[in-house]
Amino acid sequence: MTALLRFSLALVAAGSIACGGGTPQETASAPAPAVSNPVDPATAGGLTGSIKLEGTPPASETINRRSDPYCEQLGEARTQNFVVSNGGLQNVFVYVKDGLGQMKFPVPTTAVVLDQQGCTYAPRVFGIQAGQPLEILNSDETLHNIHALPMNNREFNRGQALKGLKHTHVFTTAEVMVPFKCDVHNWMNAWVGVLDHPFYAVSGTGGGFAIQNLPPGTYTIEAWHEKLGAQTQMVTIGPKETKELSFTFKL
Amino acid sequence: MLLHLYAVIVAVATAVLIFAGGLVTSTGSGLSVPDWPTTYGWNMFTFPLEKMVGGIRFEHSHRLIASGVGFLIVMLAIWLRLAEPRRLVRRLGYIALAAVITQGILGGITVLWFLPDPISIAHASLAQLVFCLTISIALMTSPGWKRGYVSHGAMPDDRPLQAVALATTALVYLQIVVGATMRHTDAGLAIPDFPLAFGQLLPPTWDGKIAVHFAHRVGALVVTLFAIATTGHVFYHHRSRPELWRPSALLLVLLAVQITLGALTVLTQRQFIVNSLHVVTGASVLATSLVLTLRTRRARFDTNAGSKEQDPAYGLPMDVRRAGPIGPADPIGSVRGRA
Repeated sequence: MTALLRFSLALVAAGSIACGGGTPQETASAPAPAVSNPVDPATAGGLTGSIKLEGTPPASETINRRSDPYCEQLGEARTQNFVVSNGGLQNVFVYVKDGLGQMKFPVPTTAVVLDQQGCTYAPRVFGIQAGQPLEILNSDETLHNIHALPMNNREFNRGQALKGLKHTHVFTTAEVMVPFKCDVHNWMNAWVGVLDHPFYAVSGTGGGFAIQNLPPGTYTIEAWHEKLGAQTQMVTIGPKETKELSFTFKL
Repeated sequence: MLLHLYAVIVAVATAVLIFAGGLVTSTGSGLSVPDWPTTYGWNMFTFPLEKMVGGIRFEHSHRLIASGVGFLIVMLAIWLRLAEPRRLVRRLGYIALAAVITQGILGGITVLWFLPDPISIAHASLAQLVFCLTISIALMTSPGWKRGYVSHGAMPDDRPLQAVALATTALVYLQIVVGATMRHTDAGLAIPDFPLAFGQLLPPTWDGKIAVHFAHRVGALVVTLFAIATTGHVFYHHRSRPELWRPSALLLVLLAVQITLGALTVLTQRQFIVNSLHVVTGASVLATSLVLTLRTRRARFDTNAGSKEQDPAYGLPMDVRRAGPIGPADPIGSVRGRA
């Protein structure tokens, strides 16, 4: 027994050495200390721009919603994969992908609402900060299940059988993008970009977007679309400067 | 005879359940009811019918049918326990009961754990075993099996046929497991064309999904070759025995239908009815091959079971057993066991 104990201790010690167990000073360089709420209103700038689509998007199709009489009686619904007006592409998630370093930002306590209304998600694409509550609401007089399929966060699938039911969820880790689907109504899809900072926007009608209160610096900006993937650009924002940036997706 | 009829009903119900399960996966409805064993908080059996919409229609129906089949198998096991003299058949009833309970638990776990591939594949594969068990019980309680198929002379102990038929059944089951893997890993359209693969005989590029999909196609070819070998042997050597050539002919027909459905599944981009028919036809191919395999071994079953149990009334209905000792003129194969 004693021999076994000695052997175990020796094994643990050897393992610690082999695995590099030691003090943090042994790492190549210590990370810079985190800065909380580093946005200075006196120097903060911004980013505005638009998302363009080159090419003719596939025509939206009528969604067959006969599988649920409630959804069917709401009238015709069409696919929303490409929402284009005046050459501008809607529902593109634009965010600061890199360049914020170790900055830490306060997490809003106000919930972001994802509504199931008219047998569709509203909004279809949106952003949220890790730690911020997400309130999922059923405004329909039918059943929905809200099924999130993250890669880095915890997957969940909740049923909401009655109108007015709410479920609050908090994503703990930044992840772009987390898809949602309703397995009851297979045409219902939504995506959320979970970030550890507040610098994101979703392109609206005409493809316009705006990100405000951005500290001066050089950033990688990514634009993500559900069908067309992601594009990145570098941009440098000076003090009090608002830069224009446009992305063009091609079909 | 009533027991046999009931066993046939159980087997048919199990096939319906497999089709319903195929509909769940084919429509992507597996998680449309997020809770288990409840349904949106309701007791499964009191869930309002008007709330069965969208994917819930498939998932909840599957659960209800599964509950019904579970109940039927419980009753079957009890009936066999009370009325079946053969230990082997009684045991098949117990195994079927244990399997269907395990199957229900796997079905629940796979929902609660968001359809992990290994659990979902196990659920699909065990379903086929439950079906095989109900088919075996239905076969072994049939009058023909009990009589030993003696109306066309003594059942031959054709070892090559037994071997090739067994290999065919095993390969069909393996093929179904590969198919289940393909379905649950979303590899059903990994090769989008048929009969070629990306326009070529062999896929020009490989990944896990393409490999599984291609393995399923190769598996279909191998199964077909073995099925032809089995049926060819039967037609050549045993064409006077309907208990062998009938399932052989059915096997070939079902195989042709199954390959057509497989091709259509790809060509229709996994149309859910076609896809589900492909699942249940696969189960039918397995069941037919199993029946043929068991019938080729009918003589062995007599000897093996009789030698263990030393039951002179092996294969006889309970009323005959209760009537008294069996005379030497009794045509049942179990006479051999007493000799």
